Amino acid sequence: MSPGETIGSTIGTKPRQGRIKCVVWDLDNTLWDGVLLEEGRVSVRPEVVAEIKRLDDLGVLHSVASRNDHDAAMERLESEGLAEYFLYPQINWNPKSSSIEAIAKAVNIGLDAVAFVDDQPFERAEVEHMLPAVLTVDVAELGQALSAPEFQPRFVTDESRIRRDMYRSAALRDRLEEDYTGTNEEFLATLGMHFTIAPAEREDLQRAEELTVRTNQLNSTGRTYSYEELDALRQSPDHVLLVAGLTDRYGTYGKIGLALVERGRPAWHLRMLLMSCRVLARGVGTVLLNHVMSLAREDGAVLRADFVETGRNRVMYVTYAFAGFREAERDGNRLVLESDLRQIQPPPDYLTVETR
Amino acid sequence: MSDDIRKPIREFISAKFPQISLADDEDIFALGFVNSLFAMELVMFVEKTFGVRVPNEQLRLDSFRTLDAMADLVGGLTDSARLSAG
Repeated sequence: MSPGETIGSTIGTKPRQGRIKCVVWDLDNTLWDGVLLEEGRVSVRPEVVAEIKRLDDLGVLHSVASRNDHDAAMERLESEGLAEYFLYPQINWNPKSSSIEAIAKAVNIGLDAVAFVDDQPFERAEVEHMLPAVLTVDVAELGQALSAPEFQPRFVTDESRIRRDMYRSAALRDRLEEDYTGTNEEFLATLGMHFTIAPAEREDLQRAEELTVRTNQLNSTGRTYSYEELDALRQSPDHVLLVAGLTDRYGTYGKIGLALVERGRPAWHLRMLLMSCRVLARGVGTVLLNHVMSLAREDGAVLRADFVETGRNRVMYVTYAFAGFREAERDGNRLVLESDLRQIQPPPDYLTVETR
Repeated sequence: MSDDIRKPIREFISAKFPQISLADDEDIFALGFVNSLFAMELVMFVEKTFGVRVPNEQLRLDSFRTLDAMADLVGGLTDSARLSAG
């Protein structure tokens, strides 16, 4: 096991910065003053809305778990211009713990990445009992609670601001895919995907750093790089640092891939290759690799690639293997793969590729 | 025996690409539809269906290039599993 994988063991023992990725809100006497179904007229609490918008800007997601009439509550949220802030709102008569579980599953995050805000001790106790990993907050102590490190993301990038939109378009794609009756390939063709590859600019570096920390499955080495390291490599004449992005007709997936190559003779050396799990089901894993292979071949070199078996990145090994790479060196779990670049697959028909 | 291996793999590929009819020695990668997602699904399918684990050093394009190659790969892995178990 690599050192990077032991991070999870600290859950529950000390505050982890940026642990909370989604805040789930109660409505009655939490988001607004009053009980919607009893009083009909409720007034939204401006200080709560301000916190929701502040966290939204930082890339923290929001949802709702409320025992209420679904249509009446959604209508109220719509009229306040707040409905768009909440992903997969759960407004029903089920226990809040089951609503929170449904949200975590839909957003695809762990329960330890969820916080739950409610005014009622009973509701918080029910969630604490059923889902001990969830962080519960009394709305009366909101300001203090939200200033804790758990609510301060480790990375705030230009993508943080649009994270909610990315989740909303992802939810739409998921629904379309579920209803689609053709093959996976045909579905992918309906998306109109556009893949871009460009040298990393300074404004890409925070997201690039985040990708090295967050990406596990499609990551060739599991090594993390700091902002400063990436900035130096970006400007090094011996290196090429490439950033990949993906958009489709439903919106952007953001910056989703990173490649670091060292130029050389007789081989270029791919020090790092990673792709975000956001695009794991999109069949674009080889596009960036193929581009690097083409660059090396144009320069008259072969391509070697560092690979570390982390126990979680086998899909990346398969990507290399099926792109024609073979093991040239192996030292325990650390490998060097090599391709003579005789065969480079063209990009799939269902997407367009733009390189800069 | 090796037809027992080819048949489920052929069915798996046909389900994904109904327009393809695949000969045992036909190069599936030359057909141009292989992406990294399909590659991983194919590896997972073979491992799960035949209860084997393909070691990384045997994870090569050539081992999955044709139905014949996959039958050889699986045959070899189940033989060695039987030997080490025996």
